[in-house]
Amino acid sequence: MSLNEIASLHPFFQLAPLVVFLPVLGLLINLLVGRRLGEKGIGVVASLATAGAFVVAVLLAVGLAQVSEGGTLTLANWITLGDLGVSWSFRIDTLSVLMMLVVSGVGTLIHIYSIGYMHSDVRHNEDPGRFRRFFVYLNLFIAFMMVLVSSDNFLMLFVGWEGVGLCSYLLIGFWFEKGADGIGNARAAKKAFVVNRIGDFGLLIALFLLFYNFGTLNFAEIFEKAPAVAAAAPGAIMAITLFMLLGVTGKSAQLPLFVWLPDAMAGPTPVSALIHAATMVTAGVYLVARSQALYFEVPAAQNVVMWVGALTALFGATIAVGQNDIKKVLAYSTISQLGYMVAAVGMGATVAGMFHLTTHAFFKALLFLGAGSVILGVEHGHAHAHAKETAHGHDSFDPQDMRQMGGLRKRMPLTFIVYLIGALALAGIAPLAGFFSKDEILAAANEKSIAVYAVLTAAAFLTAFYMGRQLLMVFFGKPRSGASEKAAESPLLVTLPLVILALLSVFGGALNLPGSHLLETWLEHSLAEAAPGEFVLTVALISLGFALLGLYFAWLVYGRKPIFEKDQTDPLQRPLNGLFTALANKWWVDELYHAVIVRPYQSISQFSAGAVDQGVIDGLANGMGSLVRSGAKAWRRFQSGYIRSYALTIVFGVVLVITYLVLR
Amino acid sequence: MPMSYFIGLSVVMFAMGILGVLLRRNPLVVFMSLELMFNSANLLFVAFSAYHQVLDGQLFVFFVMTTAAAEVAVGLALIVAIFKAKRTIDLDQMSSLKG
Repeated sequence: MSLNEIASLHPFFQLAPLVVFLPVLGLLINLLVGRRLGEKGIGVVASLATAGAFVVAVLLAVGLAQVSEGGTLTLANWITLGDLGVSWSFRIDTLSVLMMLVVSGVGTLIHIYSIGYMHSDVRHNEDPGRFRRFFVYLNLFIAFMMVLVSSDNFLMLFVGWEGVGLCSYLLIGFWFEKGADGIGNARAAKKAFVVNRIGDFGLLIALFLLFYNFGTLNFAEIFEKAPAVAAAAPGAIMAITLFMLLGVTGKSAQLPLFVWLPDAMAGPTPVSALIHAATMVTAGVYLVARSQALYFEVPAAQNVVMWVGALTALFGATIAVGQNDIKKVLAYSTISQLGYMVAAVGMGATVAGMFHLTTHAFFKALLFLGAGSVILGVEHGHAHAHAKETAHGHDSFDPQDMRQMGGLRKRMPLTFIVYLIGALALAGIAPLAGFFSKDEILAAANEKSIAVYAVLTAAAFLTAFYMGRQLLMVFFGKPRSGASEKAAESPLLVTLPLVILALLSVFGGALNLPGSHLLETWLEHSLAEAAPGEFVLTVALISLGFALLGLYFAWLVYGRKPIFEKDQTDPLQRPLNGLFTALANKWWVDELYHAVIVRPYQSISQFSAGAVDQGVIDGLANGMGSLVRSGAKAWRRFQSGYIRSYALTIVFGVVLVITYLVLR
Repeated sequence: MPMSYFIGLSVVMFAMGILGVLLRRNPLVVFMSLELMFNSANLLFVAFSAYHQVLDGQLFVFFVMTTAAAEVAVGLALIVAIFKAKRTIDLDQMSSLKG
């Protein structure tokens, strides 16, 4: 793998900076003159900016098809300080361009969807002025995400990493004055930011250690030196990879730092689809895939990564079973699927992980956008059903509660079909995209460790179960509220991206079909040892069988006897009594963290603020002040203003000096 | 005449000067006391110059006298200005700089 300054190798590579600058241009236009453009204009500018980035990414891919080893393009020198030299360079190789394609491709569809969705959302929340702000944030996010994936060194990657975290914060708290007690959304945004800060701390330590041990932050140089450094200081690489893993658990919502992602659903639905399902949360997977040269040096760290991923996959899937909020189910599902990816890159099956990342971006974006369409339809139905009695408002009504839905199949047929496709793809039903990618991960796990394989297969079963449960609760049975009875299909602008994503979810598996291995031959240019993913028929049949079994169980519980009343207890509550309560309460992880970390932290802060800060530090400062004041009070008596007493003082002084000089 | 006479006279003059500055409240008298101190120093200069047969001391006295004249000119001008402002020249009334 030789990466030189070979931007001249292919003319298309010169375009690489545009993937960042086109979204920036879009956001500047919207920021400066957006007010005059109107909603349509704002949406078109933002979507075109992202679509432009997608076109550039496609051109880069075309270039890479001819010059497959890629190249780097240095835009500017950022830091030159002694041994440390960091430049803003674009690394164009198959891995980064794959990420660019996913981010800008799915991003463009979500931008288009948002034009329709936000049109209703800003009116539902009674502040149409925020339409522009939303698209500015979205473009900013795309720009930072591009910085992240296109960087050729760890520091620029970190810049993008923090930037997307910022955009995530801004967009989760987009309706910051809404939510529980009027600060629910703001609190969710803050939680995401703080939890991510813990992960970023780990990544930052990893960067320091990298520079300390390698003397550079450049990808190519570090990966080249990795074997030598690993031989000289194995502990250092171990520490680097584990601290990096801490960063990954933060950004990609893995155990133990996953708690922010479910709360992040407070953001508007397109945000959940774009940032918290398809792109930003996969940054951690990308980081491990990119640094695989480091992970290959320490198998112990690889095992840790693999187990973190596998356990998260199972853990997230169990919680998803007990949720009633349509977006919360998808959020825990995302956590679970990210667990699959992390496990895959952890066990060295990097191509399988990237494959699942891509297909997951398709079908999870589809599911979230479909959920958004459902929410729009239900909100519309609610407004319709209660048009006459507007006085009591919509305080008790939650358009995201699946118990209030039901029977939407007939009211929203198009949304139902695409949602069904997304759900089946996620459940891993052949021949949809999710089947192939999940299967590749399971096959790799089967080779690596039977325990991980068992955990991941169990998670696959649960995935099928909770998706079946969701489908049956939302779309089947009878409407359980006036809102779902009157629900209406969403406009074309909303459904069109859904259809495109549905097609991608159906045919996405073709990217790396067993036999052709398109993605693998594509990625082998940037990944040092792309593990050959093999298609094992028994593994495929077992996972398919479990997926079908999961769907069947879901039908047994929720399909045969549909829930009739919106406040009926869940049918699972009786057979799984205590267990289901635990699932519904998310295993009390939030409560546990609150008791173990937040409370003690708060009391330490209280102590620091009261006893230490106000007592000791303020005491010191105030003590100094009063000391000086009382000293001055004593001394000012000498400043009498009488010239003769000053003269006397001078005489005394002179006498003293002379006495000293004489007697010396 | 023995040297000690000159020194003794000079010490007495200087002590009178100091006491005058410290004790009197009339600035004119204070100035006179200052002159007394200058001249006690001048007396010693001249005496030692004659004793050692060196001209430097004599020379220095002229400088001291010139400086003293200039100082008195400035001082008297100040006193006139203060009198105009305060209608008094009592030194103890000039205590605006009291801390």
